[in-house]
Amino acid sequence: MNAATRIWAMIYRHIAVYRRSWPRLVEIAYWPTLNLLIWGFTARYFAGTHLQGGIPATASLVAGVLLWEITLRGQLGVTFTFLEEIWSRNLGHIFASPLRPSEMVGSLLAVSLLRTVIGLLPATIIAYALYRYNILTLGPVVLLFFLNLLFMGWWIALGIVSLLFRYGAGAEALAWTIAFGITPVACVYYPVTALPAWLQPVAQMLPAAHVFAGMRDALLNRIVNWHEMLLAALLNLAWMLGAVAVFGLEFRAARRRGALISMGE
Amino acid sequence: MPNELGGLTGYGHACVAPWLVRAARLSSIMLAIEVQNLTKKYPHTLAVDDISFTLRKGQVLGLLGGNGAGKTTTISMALGLLTPTAGQIMVLGHDMARDRFAALARMNVSSPYIALPARLSVIETLRVYGLLYNVPRLARRIEDLLEQFNLSALRNRPTGALSAGQKTRVALAKSFINKPEILLLDEPTASLDPDTGDFVRTTLKQYCADEGAAILLASHNMAEVEPLCDDVLMMKAGRIVDRGAPEELIARYGRDDLEQVFLDIARSPAI
Repeated sequence: MNAATRIWAMIYRHIAVYRRSWPRLVEIAYWPTLNLLIWGFTARYFAGTHLQGGIPATASLVAGVLLWEITLRGQLGVTFTFLEEIWSRNLGHIFASPLRPSEMVGSLLAVSLLRTVIGLLPATIIAYALYRYNILTLGPVVLLFFLNLLFMGWWIALGIVSLLFRYGAGAEALAWTIAFGITPVACVYYPVTALPAWLQPVAQMLPAAHVFAGMRDALLNRIVNWHEMLLAALLNLAWMLGAVAVFGLEFRAARRRGALISMGE
Repeated sequence: MPNELGGLTGYGHACVAPWLVRAARLSSIMLAIEVQNLTKKYPHTLAVDDISFTLRKGQVLGLLGGNGAGKTTTISMALGLLTPTAGQIMVLGHDMARDRFAALARMNVSSPYIALPARLSVIETLRVYGLLYNVPRLARRIEDLLEQFNLSALRNRPTGALSAGQKTRVALAKSFINKPEILLLDEPTASLDPDTGDFVRTTLKQYCADEGAAILLASHNMAEVEPLCDDVLMMKAGRIVDRGAPEELIARYGRDDLEQVFLDIARSPAI
């Protein structure tokens, strides 16, 4: 119960900021909506055409944008929330309180989930209003896509938070760019076979490539590709365990270096 | 056996007199902080060099020294924010390097080097920290603190929009939120006008007397240390170079006030 109260304290700390700052709320939904508009109109231009394998272009592109935004928003939700503490030079007070690092991570994930849902809601509604595409037509498997992609965003974010512990706000640029940099090998809009042979093993190590293979199966064949889903889940688990281990190591190193007090802009 | 007896049993003192064991137990219970051979080394700096001291419950202990003397580093280690290179720091019987969470709920800190979230209002800031410390009847506690630190009129102002003195008062209110048994204060009256500074010193002294709390206070403001501290540790280049009650130190150095003692120590190459 105490742990839940402490986690709620950190969630409340961020909700209190968002509820009186409309620019922050707009920022959460801005990029998903903008991406959807760009790719949605592109898809409309290609309306009626089919991609290799007979997948309808509109559905593939719009579903791809919406689903990939889950990873991007999930990652940014964690790292941006953590950066808020660095910018306000508040980490010393937080870690001098009884809040455990695991509870801090729990609160970061909870705020990230809130930001992801708030950020994607307008884009999902616009997808239906402008392009007559409803992501829920993929079926219940969309929940598995959501969870896998969100989880992927979270372990990337924990890796970035670890870098922030090591390099301070100097690593801030990575928080904004790493997940976008992964996009080419996430195989959002094309299958893994579209990549050069040497790059395909890299893509296969990412849960996203398997999730989007599953998405294309759901679009084309209306089936749930359990094999790809299982691979995505196992890869996520392995990456998350690695990210948690690195986070723990870097947190301890930050305590040795005094970074919890000195970290700031 | 847990080291409740101040380590006596751990060294195999099987034939220690019972009165000595009882005295050791009492001493251990009375100790808020026990520092033994504490050292903090960075790659190119020796920030704290083999210091030892104790802080009793109800005592106000001053860490006095110039910039870079090791005061803030010592306080950071007492909070578990920084791990020592060597030595041990026990807070309320808990080793801060290994078991800090048991002690952290019973202590608090205020420091100008750690800020509060600028975009939260005063009342939101106190609510966040009240929840983090799991304070019972939090709404009532917050109202009491707002009144005590004369912050009621500022309750809905973002802390980032406050003056330096107002921020210091909010930080102090935050440090009182959980009625801590130990307060670690780094320059608590920095940025306060003399009247408010005096109010804060009186509040701290009263809190110690009423609650039996211990205060570890780092400062280079002699006017603050002299009336507030029961004992003082003079620090220089990471070491404790002298210690005693303020009046003892003043007498020992043959000076009129603690500031002159401070200057003697700071300027003497022999110390």
